[in-house]
Amino acid sequence: MVPFAGFEMPVQYEGVIPEHRAVRRDSGVFDVSHMGELHVDGPTAQAFLQNMLSNDLDRVADGEAQYTLLTNEQGGIVDDLIVYRLAHGQFVVVVNASNREAVFGWLKDREPRGTEVRDASDEYGLLAVQGPQSLERLGLGDAPAFTHAMGELDGVEVMICRTGYTGEKGVELCCSAEDAPLLWDAVVARGAVPCGLGARDTLRLEVCYPLHGNDIGPDTDAISAGLGWACALATEFTGVNELRRIREDGPARKLVPFVMDERAVPRQGMPIEGGGEVTSGTHSPMLDVGIGMGYVPTTAAAPDNQLVIDVRGKPKRARVVKKPIYRKES
Amino acid sequence: MPAAESYPDELKYHPEHDWARIEGDEATLGVTWFAQDALGELVHYEAPRVGSTVTKDESYGEVESVKGVSDIVAPLSGEVLEVNQKAVDEPESINDDPYGEGWLIRIRMSDPGEIESLMGADAYRAHVAEQ
Repeated sequence: MVPFAGFEMPVQYEGVIPEHRAVRRDSGVFDVSHMGELHVDGPTAQAFLQNMLSNDLDRVADGEAQYTLLTNEQGGIVDDLIVYRLAHGQFVVVVNASNREAVFGWLKDREPRGTEVRDASDEYGLLAVQGPQSLERLGLGDAPAFTHAMGELDGVEVMICRTGYTGEKGVELCCSAEDAPLLWDAVVARGAVPCGLGARDTLRLEVCYPLHGNDIGPDTDAISAGLGWACALATEFTGVNELRRIREDGPARKLVPFVMDERAVPRQGMPIEGGGEVTSGTHSPMLDVGIGMGYVPTTAAAPDNQLVIDVRGKPKRARVVKKPIYRKES
Repeated sequence: MPAAESYPDELKYHPEHDWARIEGDEATLGVTWFAQDALGELVHYEAPRVGSTVTKDESYGEVESVKGVSDIVAPLSGEVLEVNQKAVDEPESINDDPYGEGWLIRIRMSDPGEIESLMGADAYRAHVAEQ
């Protein structure tokens, strides 16, 4: 167990590698109740969020969700988050645990008349059930990704969201905090393998989902981070002019995924020769090689470009690859 | 399958959870069951070069799991005669068989007198019980 954002979090149950494989092959369950949930409600909430967040919220209908960024004046990323539209003027924003207070403070400070921002994180439990068999295990029919609906699972009232952070099909189940242990037991009884923070990190890195605090942050802009697809540059939001300029000029550096060509495990903070740094690194349980992401000069960012990573003083060869690093054979 | 906990009587032990099997003026070195269990499933063994020297109480290589990296401390000093390529190619063999197929290096001891400072199996078991 490790302390994380005020929660005691398990790094692993049975082990990172078996948990990782369970999610890729069948299903696993992660307790992500540490994540923050903010309610943003009111007649002006839609316009307010559209103005605060990088993606085009006007494209999101009731029952839909969207990956988006809260950006600062420099186009840096205060947080990456998912916004759920419950109804007209009724939104839930799910934020990273470490940024809960920063996001709440940011939005609260700018809250216009007709919008109320409320931190409801302590009221909810959140379980991510992920893997090719996850929906079947839960007895749920398929639904398009980034949709959500209210439902019931083994007697627990849940908001079922077709979202996740593993690259697999799956859902995130939001329930009242007091029901969370009951929901956990029900999901485990249905055969989902308990998974910890360790597997959550290896799974997301294999599919190149950035982790805020590692790969992205207030000092990294969305374009260099490869998140231009989540920025509707035709809309107006904080930092959009800076992002338009970076898009126009081309970023000086880019966040790229890479795979080691020698046996070695890259780790966050390791220098990349020629300028650059590893922002996330691990050993891929599916590919059985070292993998990672890092910022490199744009001239070195093309797929197949060779990199040399300084692994505790030893140069180790790696190569830039296309996203995702791991792709399921179909 | 991960090995069951054991600390063979015929080995000598270093408090940093390394073992040595003495054979004349040579010794085979590895990490103990306790060490591999604490690290979890190993994914990388960064081995020293054959011909290099290792120094008692100092790091001669690294073993790494998904969770993190750990130095391997030499229980004895000497010249590296052989590196276990199987442990390099399949680091999980260190988990599966830490005293057998998962050995790490074989050395020619430069100071066999150092053996005196190592623990026997009973003393090491007591040391592990305190961890």
